[in-house]
This record gives sequence, structure tokens and C-alpha cells, in this order.
Amino acid sequence: MTTIENHDYDILIIGAGGAGLRAAIEAKQQGLRVGIITKSLLGKAHTVMAEGGMAAAMGNVHSEDNWMVHFRDTMRGGKYLNNFRMAELHAKEAPQRVLELEQWGALFDRTKDGKILQRDFGGHRFARLAHVGDRTGLELIRTLQQKVVSMDIDVHMECKVLKLLKDSEGNIAGAVAYWRQNGEFVTFSAKSVILATGGAGKSWKFTSNSWEGTGDGHAMALWAGSELMDMEAIQFHPTGMVWPLSVRGLLVTEGVRGDGGVLRNSLGERFMFNYVAPMFRAETAETEEEADKWYDDHSAGRRPPELLPRDEVSRAINAEVKAGRGSPHGGVFLDIGSRRSAEFIRRRLPSMYHQFMELAGVDITREPMEIGPTCHYIMGGVKVDAETAATKTPGLFAAGEVAAGLHGANRLGGNSLSDLIVFGKRAGEGAVSYISAGGGSGKFKQSDVDDAITEALEPFDRAEGENPYDIQRDLQDMMQANVGIIRTGDELEFALGELEKLSDRVRQIKVKGGRAYNPGWNLATDLPSMITVSKCVAMGALNRKESRGGHTRNDFPGPVAEMGTVNFTETSKDGKWDGAFNIEAMPIPTITPELKALLEEAK
Amino acid sequence: MSEITMRVWRGDANGGDFENYTTERSDGEVVLDVIHRIQATEAPDLACRWNCKAGKCGSCAVEVNGKPRLMCMTRIDTLPEGPVTLTPMKTFPIIRDLVTDVSFNYVQAKKVPALLPPPMPAEGYRMFQEDVERSQEFRKCIECFMCQDVCHVIRDHEENKENYAGPRFFIRHAELEMHPLDTNDRRDFVREEAGLGMCNITKCCTEVCPEHIKITDNAIIPLKERVVDAHYDPVAWLGRKILRKTKTSATDAAVQPAP
Repeated sequence: MTTIENHDYDILIIGAGGAGLRAAIEAKQQGLRVGIITKSLLGKAHTVMAEGGMAAAMGNVHSEDNWMVHFRDTMRGGKYLNNFRMAELHAKEAPQRVLELEQWGALFDRTKDGKILQRDFGGHRFARLAHVGDRTGLELIRTLQQKVVSMDIDVHMECKVLKLLKDSEGNIAGAVAYWRQNGEFVTFSAKSVILATGGAGKSWKFTSNSWEGTGDGHAMALWAGSELMDMEAIQFHPTGMVWPLSVRGLLVTEGVRGDGGVLRNSLGERFMFNYVAPMFRAETAETEEEADKWYDDHSAGRRPPELLPRDEVSRAINAEVKAGRGSPHGGVFLDIGSRRSAEFIRRRLPSMYHQFMELAGVDITREPMEIGPTCHYIMGGVKVDAETAATKTPGLFAAGEVAAGLHGANRLGGNSLSDLIVFGKRAGEGAVSYISAGGGSGKFKQSDVDDAITEALEPFDRAEGENPYDIQRDLQDMMQANVGIIRTGDELEFALGELEKLSDRVRQIKVKGGRAYNPGWNLATDLPSMITVSKCVAMGALNRKESRGGHTRNDFPGPVAEMGTVNFTETSKDGKWDGAFNIEAMPIPTITPELKALLEEAK
Repeated sequence: MSEITMRVWRGDANGGDFENYTTERSDGEVVLDVIHRIQATEAPDLACRWNCKAGKCGSCAVEVNGKPRLMCMTRIDTLPEGPVTLTPMKTFPIIRDLVTDVSFNYVQAKKVPALLPPPMPAEGYRMFQEDVERSQEFRKCIECFMCQDVCHVIRDHEENKENYAGPRFFIRHAELEMHPLDTNDRRDFVREEAGLGMCNITKCCTEVCPEHIKITDNAIIPLKERVVDAHYDPVAWLGRKILRKTKTSATDAAVQPAP
């Protein structure tokens, strides 16, 4: 193999969303040589799609709020599968991370006395989400992007990583990739690598994820010897668009409900009152009247049931549709137009207004929206150390959606953006400490590079074969049907069999055209990650014989106490995308008495 | 189900030509849906950029029937009957098919002097909604670069690119100039380095902005007025020379360490 282009860094960061950029800022501030890789252009990562806000117990709207309440809400939302230490650090550090963004130019909406305004969201006891209208993710990514640019950090755009590289001692040493623009290969040598690759929702048919959400980081970490955890925990966001078909799955912010929107079935009933699980009854309103008082004064009534955590709301919508009380296109109605003034809606929810007006021809200030659950977020991911974001592979760190632990079995809305900045910073610090302590050589094995390149080029060499788009479509249909919002053991077994067949087909892909900016080839190189992650999700779902959070089993409809004491972790036996994976039940770490008391108090 | 014909420019820096693709279409589809169907069937190597498919990331800008549009927000049923012509944005060099080299914009972004705020009080800054709103309008920008594409200062004059930031970065400068926390004086920079004077306010940028930002009226014209005040009003000029306490000059601003 001829010599290929190489870039050398102390820390290589894969992914340029909120977590990756925040990690880069931290590492660069501490004086290290940092490079960022992104599959897209800078500023286009999935963070930009986040709408409602970022959760931080600043107490600007309700002074009673504090980190302890936020911690408790996060743990309850996650059905106690969360890593308690991550939930604690997140709740404690989020306010400072949000304030710091303002030094870098972020402009949040304000309270009357000039502080950062906070909005209500599902599962959060108090109004807690710092936001800018319904485009908070854009504000976060632009702020971090502009900070990164001003610090002169290298950003390698439209670069797809194929595989992580290790040195002869098993430490992370870099990555092999190719430039989408010309198809040429490139290596990155680094003492440490931070994964900030986001989610994996592209393997489902109805999803809010873009083409980038193929689980590359999840898969590469597994192949490199790290553990994945809680992979069965997938969040189906209750409110995705359902019509037109072409935009099915597109997200409708939870902010619509936080700002007064309610869910109705085809009979016009606010059906959520019928779906309040015992653990939330004490704090949820029993009548529409009580719920409606709450929006203006949280002490005048209890919370509307529309603001239960997302897993609860998604299951309720699913049940209504199944019972024949759905909307014409198979969802339910989300109504804010009859409840708030047009002026209020356009000011608070400008993107939603335009999205429905332009794509569906629906004026949300006058008509209800048709919505239904959409694959949105993966709580599971790479198992990391709470303090440092370190994975099991020396020198490899992970932060943001690719990491597991903070959200347990279900993530609360608004906890994702704060996750990015809290653990992005911690991953940056973790990698710096690892290097300061003498870790990492950056000397990868050339044979690993050669193997990855050979494999990536095989689809060009075949005389004939499968179109990668056909395989992707079949994968998405199969996962939607068998590993979707409601699961059964039989279907999961079936899914694992289908994934083997899909793997065979991936090995027979034929790519048309050249290497320069070829989406077909790009997809062919994404499919191995998608298969690996889909398999891990199906295996996790098969082993968790209960229903908890984002994971619902028709054959095990309720939670099972013993299952609530374990996380399922998965490892690769041979480091191959189509190889064999192990799964193991690992006891959840014992929570400290102080934190346990906070949870008891709340019960 | 009816049919639609897309006339798509295919090629690279060495040249290319239009190719026609006729495919079925369904209700409510946008241009990007049809392109995805063409990729999945006839032309898996057809290059285009896209990410969010919801008008939030600004990746999928191309010229639809000669006008810059986001493919994900352009419904087929809003276009005139007959074939739909898709070409890459003209102002930027071609990479392949509908994908252009937009690095010009990232070069311009690097030149922008960073925000220089006063030290943050422990409990955070106090700012009021009416003071942040002006800059918030500009921060809605999704960086689709359609305003850059349509700006004739660079669309028709390659030689101007060196000294011209373009509408996207005029709103960025305006955002910082009007930012309640910024202590930099950006007026010299905007006049001398960003080429604000070359813009003759034809409002083409405002017309194509998918976020409906009033680029010309709310950013460019106020910036021009501030520059004029600074340079051609002798009293203001003298005042600035004596009392340049509150704002840092553009030259100093560029080298100030940000927090």
C-alpha cells in the first residue's frame, strides 16, 4: 500500500456536534493539539435539530429548583437504570456549563429581570430548560462552533472514519478514514480519541435522525474492545409528524406541550388522563381543569399528564391508535391552536409554525397537528467512567449520545443538550489527564489501516451485487417492524435471524461510480455500523425480559424488580462488524446513601 | 400516483451536463424526497448534501429552476408543471453534481473577531429580552449560504471574493456589533476587511433567506450607518479618538484573548 496522508494530534475528536466541540474547547484550552473530524460540514451535526432547550437547575423561574430535584427527576425518568454518579454530576454542573455559553456569545431568551428564561418540559418538576424559541440546538452548536473557530482548532469536514486504530499494547492510537469529497484515504495518529458521534436512529424507518445517525461510534468502540450498555433503551419521541408520508418521523418539539399543547384522540378526548402510571399519580393532575391551572401557577394544580416522560406518552399514543381512536393518517392530534393565541405560538414556536405551514400546509395556530411516535434517541451506548468519560479501551473516551449511563432506560427532554456540554467538557479533561499521565503512543499498526482500506474498496471490485440503498431500506423496515416501540421475544429472535441475512447482503454490495462524493459508497461504508448496532439493540431487548422506559415487551408488560438491578453490557468476540457479540447482566453500582435519600424523599 | 421529471446537472470541475430522471411522486413530497428516490434506484452515485430534512441545518441548498432553495423545504406541488431543473449553487466551485465547495464561507468565518465580553459575574450576565432580540434575529441563520450564492458581488465577480465577506457574514458582524455583551468596535473591520461598501443593497439576499431574516434592512443598512457615523462625522470621530474606552478597536479586537 502506498503512503497515505496522515495528521498527528494529541487528541482526535470524532464528531462535531455539541459534545465533540465542547470536548475540543476543553482540550485546546489546556494546551493540547486537537483535531476534530465530522462526516458533514461544521455546524450541521444533529445537535442543530434539538428544539426545546437544555435542562439546568438554575432556578431562574422557580427558585425552589436545585440540582437535587434535577437529579431525582433524571433518575425517575430513567426508571433507575441510570448511572447515579453521572446523573449527579450532570445535575450539579449543567447550570455552570449553560452560563459559560453566554461568554461565548449565546443569547438565550430572558426572564423579566434579565436572567436566562426556563421552560417546562416532560418529567421535569420545575421549568428548567434554557432555550431560544424552539431552536436551542442551533444556538448551542453555533456558539460552540464559533468558539472553536476563534480558537483555531483544526476541523476536518466531510471525513468518514472507518475504524479506530490501536498500538501494539492495545491503546488507542488513531483512526483511518476517507475524505468524502475525493474518496482518498487518510489516517489520524493520536494519543487519545474522543468519540462524540451521536446516535443510531437511522436504522429505523420512521426516525427523526439524519443520514448521519448510523451508530458509527457505538460500533467502532465495540470493535475496538469497549463495552456497550443498555442498548435496548431506545427513545421513541411521542410527537413526530405523520403526514405527509415523506416527512413522517420529523420531530415536533415537546415545547408545544410545555407551552400548553394537549393530545386528543379522534373523539376529541384528552386521553393522557387515562394513562398515568402509579409512580407519577401523586404529582399529576386528575382533571383538565386542574391541569390547565398549572401552566400559569405551578402551585395551583398538578402537572398535566401530557408532560409525563416521553416513554409514557409514546406508549399511550400507540395504545390509542391501536384501539381505533387515531387520526386519519395513523397518529393522534396535538392541539395548541385552540389553547393559545396565534401571536404566542408564532413567538414561542416559530420553527414548528413554519415546518407545518410549509411541509404539511397546516396552520398550527388554527388547526391541530397530526403526530405519532418516532425513533429519536438511544439511551444505550458506550459504557464510560462517570468522572472522566473513559471507556474500557485505554485512551478512548466517549461523550454525548454515543455514551451510556446518564439517561438510564429513558431520557428526559432537555437532558440531552446539557449532557453534551457537561460530559463533553469532562471527556476533554479526561483525555488531557490520560495524556499527562503518559498514556498513548499514537503508533498504530499499518496492517490495520491496510485491512480497513481493502474492506472499504471491495464493493467497487465486485462484478455485480446488491444496491446498498435496497439493503438500508430493508434493514429499516425490519427494525421498525420487529425492534420498534412494542417488542416481543419471537419478533426479536426473528430480527436477529434477519440481521444475519442482511449481513450476507452487505458482503455482496456493488457500488456504482467512482470514489469522489459517492453517496452509494458512503452508505456502503455506514452499513456495517448499522448492522452491528441493530444487532446489539435486538440482543439487549431479547435479554431484558420486562418493560422499562424506552423498552417495552408485549410478552413482559410490566417492570420486573430483579431486572431493575442490572445493566446489560455487550462486547465483541472478534472485533468484526458481522462477528459474534457477548451479552452479560452487570449489577448496577450501589447508590450512595445521600443520593438514595433524595430518591426516597421524592417517593 | 403521478410522475415527475428532474433535470439534474451531473459532473465535476472538468465539466458535465444535464441528465433527466423520471420517477413517480406522491402527495406532499419535497424535491429532496425525489432526489433520494433517484439515488435509491437509478443513480446511487448522484451527489448532494443533506442532513436534517427539516429546514434546520441548511445543508441541501441548490438552485431549483435557477433560484437557490433548500431541497428539503421545496414542495414539488409548489413548482410550475413540467420538468424541475436542479443545478449546484453557482457562486461556489463545483465538487460533484449538486455539491459545491463552500469553504469560502469557512474562511470568512475565521476572520471574524470573536465576541469580547466583560468578565462574567458569578450569577451570570443580566440582559433584557428587548436587547437580545436584535442579535437573536441574526443567530437564526442556518448557514445554507444561499444569500452568498445570490449576491452578485461574488456571484458574477470571482475577484471580489478575496475582500468581501458577503451577506451571511454581514449579519454575523451585525449580530456582534449589536450584541449586548460585546466590547469590540467592529466598524473599521467591516469597512476595510469585510468590504461592506461593495454591497449596493439590492436585497437579493433577503429575498432568498429561508429563515426570513431581514438581512438588508436590519443588518446591512444599520451597519453601513454605523460605519458612516464613525468615519465621516468629525464630532463622532474626535469623540472616538479621545474616548475609546468602551470599545476595543478592530485591530486590537482581533488579537484579544477571548474568555
